[in-house]
Amino acid sequence: MNEAIKVDKVLDLKGLPCPMPVVKVSKGIKEVAIGQVIEAISTDPGSLTDFPAWARTSGNEILKTEQDGGMIKFYIKRNA
Amino acid sequence: MQNLEEQFTKLKSQIEALEKKAPENKLSMIVFSGDMDKVLASFVIATGAVAMGMDVVMFFTFWGTPVLRDKNKSAGGKDMMGKMFGAMLPKGTCEVKLSKMNMAGMGTAMMKSLMKKKNVASLEQMLEMAEELGVRIFICEMSMDLMGFKRDEMIDYANLTYCGVAKFLEEAQNSKIQLFI
Repeated sequence: MNEAIKVDKVLDLKGLPCPMPVVKVSKGIKEVAIGQVIEAISTDPGSLTDFPAWARTSGNEILKTEQDGGMIKFYIKRNA
Repeated sequence: MQNLEEQFTKLKSQIEALEKKAPENKLSMIVFSGDMDKVLASFVIATGAVAMGMDVVMFFTFWGTPVLRDKNKSAGGKDMMGKMFGAMLPKGTCEVKLSKMNMAGMGTAMMKSLMKKKNVASLEQMLEMAEELGVRIFICEMSMDLMGFKRDEMIDYANLTYCGVAKFLEEAQNSKIQLFI
């Protein structure tokens, strides 16, 4: 996964604490078609464990996670 | 050959019966507490569960009941005890207090301002979000009657049901998760 991932929608979740990041990402992912990718940017450190748990439960796929300082970027493919 | 077919039909009906018994992807929660912190935790779990794809039911009973009163509404026709409970119990989400460190309201006020600063959703916002996400709320009819609350003074909420313990248990029985808060 070194080539750039094509992002269909960006979700800005900066500054939002639990449970907002997962609540918003679960809503946001429904706004793209199955197979498309969203980029979710969170500053909540809990997201690092919460997003994978959410993805496993909801049947979606985290393609890549990037951390830059306090900023966490998730590339999530809608599979369900 | 016919024996096999018989066994197959029998197995199929057994599987169907099992499927009916299997718990649904649902969370049933009893909100017994009327403390701000515990009600907040309840809503965090409820909204998080919807995000995880679950169907969510919250059953408000006892001290949890007055949390669902509408601060802008009032109801007449109460007896003396009803009036007393009405005056002494919080009128809605904005009047509930912390279970610890309330310090005559100072602690709760501090917590509220801290939550605002840290961007943590308030109870009012949580309730609104729960409604938007389709969280179902049940209100215990017995608590309403005991504390003298009238339906006219309760919040407007899309998925609100007044019910008893049987209705909650029916939901809880086929839920994967049941919580008491």
